[in-house]
Amino acid sequence: MALLLVGLSHHVAPVELRERVALSGDQARVLARTLAGEAGEVVCLATCNRTELYLCTTEEDAAEQDAVAALAGTAGMPEKELAPVLYRLRDEAAALHLFRVAAGLDSMVPGEGEILGQVRAAYEGGQTGPLLDRLFRQALHAGKKVRTETAIAESPVSASSVAAALAEQVFGDLRGCRVLLVGAGKAGELAARSLASRGAQVALVGNRTAEAASELAERFGGRAVALEGLAAQLAGVDVVVSATSSSTFVLTRDQVAESLPSRRGRPLFLIDIAVPRDLDPAIHELAGCYLYDIDDLEDVVATSLVGRRREAAQAEAIVEDEADRFRAWQASREVVPAIASLRTRAEEIRAGELERARSWLGQLSDGERAAVESITARIVDKLLHVPTVRIKEAAAGADGPVYESALRHLFDLDEDAKR
Amino acid sequence: MVELLFWPALLAYGEAAVAYAGDARRPGRAGRLATWGVRLGWVIQTALLAVQAAEADGFAWDDWAGSLNLFVWLVVGVYLFWGCRARYRLLGLVVMPPAAALLVLARLGGGTDTGVASDYSTLFLVVHVGLVLAAFAGFTLAAALSGLYLWQERALKQHRPGRLLGRMPSLVSLDAVAARTVAVALVALTIGVVAGLVRLGRESAGFDALMGATLVTWLVYAAFLVLRHEADWRGRRAAYLALAGFGVVVLARLGLQLTHVA
Repeated sequence: MALLLVGLSHHVAPVELRERVALSGDQARVLARTLAGEAGEVVCLATCNRTELYLCTTEEDAAEQDAVAALAGTAGMPEKELAPVLYRLRDEAAALHLFRVAAGLDSMVPGEGEILGQVRAAYEGGQTGPLLDRLFRQALHAGKKVRTETAIAESPVSASSVAAALAEQVFGDLRGCRVLLVGAGKAGELAARSLASRGAQVALVGNRTAEAASELAERFGGRAVALEGLAAQLAGVDVVVSATSSSTFVLTRDQVAESLPSRRGRPLFLIDIAVPRDLDPAIHELAGCYLYDIDDLEDVVATSLVGRRREAAQAEAIVEDEADRFRAWQASREVVPAIASLRTRAEEIRAGELERARSWLGQLSDGERAAVESITARIVDKLLHVPTVRIKEAAAGADGPVYESALRHLFDLDEDAKR
Repeated sequence: MVELLFWPALLAYGEAAVAYAGDARRPGRAGRLATWGVRLGWVIQTALLAVQAAEADGFAWDDWAGSLNLFVWLVVGVYLFWGCRARYRLLGLVVMPPAAALLVLARLGGGTDTGVASDYSTLFLVVHVGLVLAAFAGFTLAAALSGLYLWQERALKQHRPGRLLGRMPSLVSLDAVAARTVAVALVALTIGVVAGLVRLGRESAGFDALMGATLVTWLVYAAFLVLRHEADWRGRRAAYLALAGFGVVVLARLGLQLTHVA
């Protein structure tokens, strides 16, 4: 049985094409099961950046044709148009690709965490047998191992997640931290959501239009405040997120400085994602105040990405190691028929010899006969144990077929097969 | 016996110091190895101290080298409270190399050899020397925490948090833990100093420079706590004050040496 992968990703296909072959979780499950038929093995991995079909097959060319046809059907375009964009990988290369995908090494942002859950969902939705079951379980293991043993997923990679990580660096646990959101636009809301997802409470929303402020405040469970009264609110908040289209500062250094005595030494973290800036840069000079504008956040993102790429080298080594293990396992499956024949042959000999000695064994008690059965079975098992292990080990190497052939020749196993 | 225990303890502390450096470069396995080095070293040093106490039949660390040995044990012991947590591992980089170096210094001064019983009662030495050293260990840890605070605060102010993100305790935690450590250590120092003053009164002995330095230490850390609660001295100012107090501790601990009770 061979492993086959047919698919496309952001590396080879533009978004216009990717969106045509994009599948929902349910659609991916249906496609996998349709392609697999009764006894086949197919998993469809569909994310916003990739659509891939993993197939276990004995007829590789036909299976490849079916997979291409299925993807072309999904895209609603002729096979000959889609085929040149698709990549096709087999066996070890396909396994290595999936392990890299699960580890986040093939993602747009190296080490991103969402993909591991998507691989798991694809595995659970697919139709798997011995090969794909092993492949996907090992891929999930590789993905987790990379995240545990490297720092590839540690650093944040978007401006909003950097803002939340910086707030945690100042305050620790964000539960109990109160956020003042200035501006009711999407960018500010995204940053506030990132903080809220880590436990912060978006307590106040200030905006030029009171209605928009009230609506957004209600969504966060906070209350709206007037833009003119922002400075008075500083004593009671820990984080300020500002994203308005104001052409002047909504908070000045002096306003923040005036609020500091009432803060009793508690730090104030300010995020300014507006252009032009909303918050006076001089606020950053005040003791206990940390102001990050959009460029500062982007700089931290860039540093994080450099760090992730550095960690990726170690992650690649882990993934390759896992791919080697999979290859060894897959190769060992190739000698399973020979091993099974050997064991069948040995059992036939054992049973035949016992049958020949039946007249003598008939004089023994039931217990004694059972002991003879058990002893002879153990002798056979012990004799075959080492050759079985050795040939499985050898199967992973280049000499695997030679050992298998020797085994068949020495024990006349081909004759068994013929019989 | 003490020989057999000293080298493994030093080796474990040294391993921890090197592993912490490795963890700073690439967090993960090195950090876990470092933590185990600290635990193992501390347990072995505890055994070393127990053997010294048993052989001296009492308090065996009343000279400067012996007290340095005890001081290292206390510092590492206090550090163990936080060192097991991944976010405090970088603190180990500040604590373990000096701890290993001071243990070597203690050995060079004979502080890890078989102990000799003191003329003073064990109870007095435990209360006085033991608590003063425990307090100094606490102040040392508070200084390390304050150093980390200033380092991290500077990185945040320069907009270069870089690899610190997610790997360090937060500013608020560092500030709070340092203050709590100072508060506990100050109580220990107060009891230790009072025990010494009572003894001083009974023997009508004179006031020496070490006592003066210890008193200044007490005043600095008392001011630290008062200013924190009354004038909201937190963050950078509090960290600088904790480091200033540690300067006096270094003077009292290494500059003047604890030889006055021998």
